[in-house]
Amino acid sequence: MFKSWLRTSTVAAAFLLAPLPVFAQDAPKQGGDIVITYKDDIATLDPAIGYDWVNWSMIKSLFSRLMDYKPGTTELVPSLAETFEVAPDGLTYTFKLRKGVKFTNGREIVASDVKYSIERAVDPKTQGPGAGFFGAIKGFDDLSGGKATTLEGIETPDDATVVFHLSRPDATFLHVLAVNFASVVPKEAVEAAAGDFGKKPVGSGTFVLKDWTVGQSLTFERNPDYFVKDMPHIDKFTVEVGQEPLVALLRLQKGEVDIAGDGIPPAKFLEIKNSPEGAEIIVDGQQLHTGYITLNTKVKPFDDVKVRQAVNMAINKERITRILNGRATPANQPLPPLMPGYDKAFTGYAYDVEKAKALLAEAGHADGFETVLYSTNTDPQPRIAQAIQQDLAAIGIKAEVRALAQANVIAAGGTEGEAPMIWSGGMAWIADFPDPSNFYGPILGCSGAVQGGWNWSWYCNEALDKRAVAADSMSDPAKAAERQAAWGKIFTDIMADAPWVPVTNERRVVAKSPRMGGDGDIYVDPTRVINYDAIFVKE
Amino acid sequence: MRVLTSMVRQPAALFGLVVVALVVILALAAPLIAPYSPDEQMFDGLTLEGAPLPPSAQFLLGTDTLGRDLLSRLLYGARTSLVIGLVANGVAVSIGLMIGILSGYMRGLVGNALMRFTDLMMAFPALLLAIVLAALLRPSLWIVAMVIALVNWVQVARIVYTETRGLVERDFILAERSLGAGHGRILFHHILPHLIPTAIVWGTLGIATTVLLEATLSFLGIGVQPPTPSWGNIIFESQSYFQAAPWLVFIPGAVILLTALSFNLVGDALRDILDPTQRGRG
Amino acid sequence: MAFLLLRRLVQTALILLGVAAITFLLLYALPADPARMIAGRSATALTVANIRRELGLDQPLLVQFWTYLQGLVQGDLGRSYAQKTDVGTLIAARLPATLILMAAGIFVEVVLGVALGVTAAIRRGGFVDRLVMMASFVGVSAPQFVAALLLLYVFAVTLAWFPMSGFGSFSHVVLPALTLGILGAGWYARMVRSAMIDVLNQDYVRTARAKGLSSFRIIVRHALPNALLPIIAMIGIDIGQFMSGVVVVEAVYGWPGIGQLAWQAIQQVDIPIIMGVTLVSALAIVLGNLVADLVAPLIDPRIRAR
Repeated sequence: MFKSWLRTSTVAAAFLLAPLPVFAQDAPKQGGDIVITYKDDIATLDPAIGYDWVNWSMIKSLFSRLMDYKPGTTELVPSLAETFEVAPDGLTYTFKLRKGVKFTNGREIVASDVKYSIERAVDPKTQGPGAGFFGAIKGFDDLSGGKATTLEGIETPDDATVVFHLSRPDATFLHVLAVNFASVVPKEAVEAAAGDFGKKPVGSGTFVLKDWTVGQSLTFERNPDYFVKDMPHIDKFTVEVGQEPLVALLRLQKGEVDIAGDGIPPAKFLEIKNSPEGAEIIVDGQQLHTGYITLNTKVKPFDDVKVRQAVNMAINKERITRILNGRATPANQPLPPLMPGYDKAFTGYAYDVEKAKALLAEAGHADGFETVLYSTNTDPQPRIAQAIQQDLAAIGIKAEVRALAQANVIAAGGTEGEAPMIWSGGMAWIADFPDPSNFYGPILGCSGAVQGGWNWSWYCNEALDKRAVAADSMSDPAKAAERQAAWGKIFTDIMADAPWVPVTNERRVVAKSPRMGGDGDIYVDPTRVINYDAIFVKE
Repeated sequence: MRVLTSMVRQPAALFGLVVVALVVILALAAPLIAPYSPDEQMFDGLTLEGAPLPPSAQFLLGTDTLGRDLLSRLLYGARTSLVIGLVANGVAVSIGLMIGILSGYMRGLVGNALMRFTDLMMAFPALLLAIVLAALLRPSLWIVAMVIALVNWVQVARIVYTETRGLVERDFILAERSLGAGHGRILFHHILPHLIPTAIVWGTLGIATTVLLEATLSFLGIGVQPPTPSWGNIIFESQSYFQAAPWLVFIPGAVILLTALSFNLVGDALRDILDPTQRGRG
Repeated sequence: MAFLLLRRLVQTALILLGVAAITFLLLYALPADPARMIAGRSATALTVANIRRELGLDQPLLVQFWTYLQGLVQGDLGRSYAQKTDVGTLIAARLPATLILMAAGIFVEVVLGVALGVTAAIRRGGFVDRLVMMASFVGVSAPQFVAALLLLYVFAVTLAWFPMSGFGSFSHVVLPALTLGILGAGWYARMVRSAMIDVLNQDYVRTARAKGLSSFRIIVRHALPNALLPIIAMIGIDIGQFMSGVVVVEAVYGWPGIGQLAWQAIQQVDIPIIMGVTLVSALAIVLGNLVADLVAPLIDPRIRAR
């Protein structure tokens, strides 16, 4: 008795082509060349390796995966898969591939390509960061431990069918098949590139990489054979790198640039926002982001929950959003509002200096104490750290600010007993996929509270860990709402222990030239930042 | 006194001297004359949208992006920048003097090794070395000063080496030596005094370089830690505001320029007075 | 001569070896973990351990350094951790941009410096002389990034004479080269001035002048050549300064040189790139000095005789 989910390709196509949300008044138009700028070089376009927010969206467009998201939303839809079935025990997933889809080298995609691609992402030799996502697939431990060269949990009974056998139920598995690391790549091209696949990518996505001048620019052209008609909309986009955000913005105002990928520097934000063309240029969207301060539960006096609660009450989040020129909203729980499971009714700790002082006194620190606050050293993070520092001073906590390069902060956070407080800003992580579990394990769960881990609060609550495992076992799609609620409760319960001070939910601000069309959500797509497939040129 | 009087006679040197004196006095008197605390983030120091305020009667040089008084930060920043200038440069000149003299005076293995080491350090891309060291050592005021010193001593060592070599060959040293004078006596009584002018000149000129290097390190985000103001990090925190709030970049920029210029002018005049043979060489 | 050259080359190799060793040691001691940076937030401990092993970071320092040296002798600078590409390729792609900027910057410095220096020397002691000398100090005292921002704002944003950013045409190089050139010209001006004054006071120049030779010819024939040697020495030093000192200018003008590459690599703890750029810069510095030393005898007969 299989409870099955069937979706035809026509339904999927209808999703992709559905009229974009209400704000977009103009219908997508085909054609047009655009220019996009970034400050940093594009590191790699290898989907098994690339893992920063700039190459993330480019890799999304160069390759296709079994699953994907409806542009501008967090809704999963089949992509390279035509249909799929989930066994009731949640341990077997069967995918039927879309027929006739070709790599841009002309070869048709078959089931063994899917198997190869995921094995490649898990294989330690690839040095890919995303191996762990596939941990639920049978045989994962053998492959990542070097005891096998393939994943026994992936079967390809015929060229059009892929079957995944899991070793444990994983409610996020469909999301996992939509992350970049699950992108399908042709083995022959990987081998031909001889270790340089990241610079010579071949996929089956909406775009093809035509030219890459290292340190200067990349040119992407539309894939004329892409399997969804009229996708993408633009013919070509050129990415210029090495451009200071401020300079990029000045060029955008002159019409030389269409999208300033790094967003609007704080200095220019108000000027542009208050200018006549401001509304047309600024795209301001929510992202799956929470800025927080970690309070190290293994460092005195933050081992005392009262001290952590007091700090939660001491931070003037309104003022911090003002320093960010209103580009963020105060946060009260770890999950961002856009994430399923966010509890709208939860109020968290209100800003209350007197109560904070009282709590500190109760904890035996009436005169405050001295501590250290880490932050990254790129603007505006040191400034926000200083605002936090001033708030802490108001309840008697003298915090020394240490603004360091990101790598040093990460290293300090992952070393036991090293960093009492860390302001997370600047280590801008987009959630890998829009599921609340992605905000727990590595950053709040016991598994992350290890040497070199990302749980910088070193918070480990066994009871919550058990509830997390239980929630992730609810892989029956019918129980989605129940699972969401379970996750939501986990995050609000965490706040009773206050290992974090959730500070802000930053919105992402992108600048686009007035000729660029489409709703804001495709420029600040929650799953891929800029959705190159869906953007279009108006005239 | 002779030095001072001859400096006062040159308009450029006089100008430099006056500015340097002024900066030092203002830095020392910062707590007395600063209108606000340099670290106080004032609620009325920002617009409601969070923008810094331009110069006004309340805030003479405007406020920065956290609502702090720029004038107060510049005054206190002078302390930081001067301390770094003096300490970093003092250490650099001392190391350079020591290694330069030793390698110039001591022939053989030690002298050679020291000089090869100096050559090695000269081959290092200075800014890269400073960046890596700053990342390694976690910047604080003293660490920044040490990093700058570690990068800057090399030139001094080179020059001192050359001068020492010249001195060692001179008749009076040879004479002293033939009379049986010890190394210590020759070094301290005959060689060192001749090098003092060089040290003083470099000690002054180097301050300009140091102040600029501190600003550059701050510009790259690896300077003195906030909220301690230094001229460099005042600019760093507001660099993107050069259009929206030009006072935040160009006023501190002008202050750095003026100070570096003055130290350069004073150093140059000192060189002319103390060491006429080196006149004019940059 | 050949022996001298050989000796210098051996010295150069040793210096590079020393630079490599010190840099390697410093980077090894950095309180940051490259494997962790590549792995990102969601990676499991196993993934990180795998990456560390594949990169050879689990090996002892000396083994790592030895492996690196073995590659180095074969001209292999290793592979970037983050970009998974040969460091040699990455540097080769960006080196031309840095060299162009350096050459253009030095060109501006020399032209401006010589013009100002000659003017000052001719008008020695006068108002023009004092003005030039003052201006030369203003240039060398200006913070580079403030000057770069100012030029950008005035000539690219407000007047729109030059493009704001990028690489590819002559107009792109003007502002970054001017920034470097104007700030550095002061040293050249002072040097040229003093070298010229030395010559103008020499007897043979006085004789030439008494014979009625035009001052233009005196300057070109007698005075300027005397300044050539220090100028070349100065260029040698500048090559060293610019190899690492252009980080700021490259950042402001979006210039795709090795300075930006190094800066990004430092942020990502991409050790092979940092090593590569440091070594290439060190090589340029050493070669700059070497060339200056070798060219010098060709210009001044007095040195050739030594």
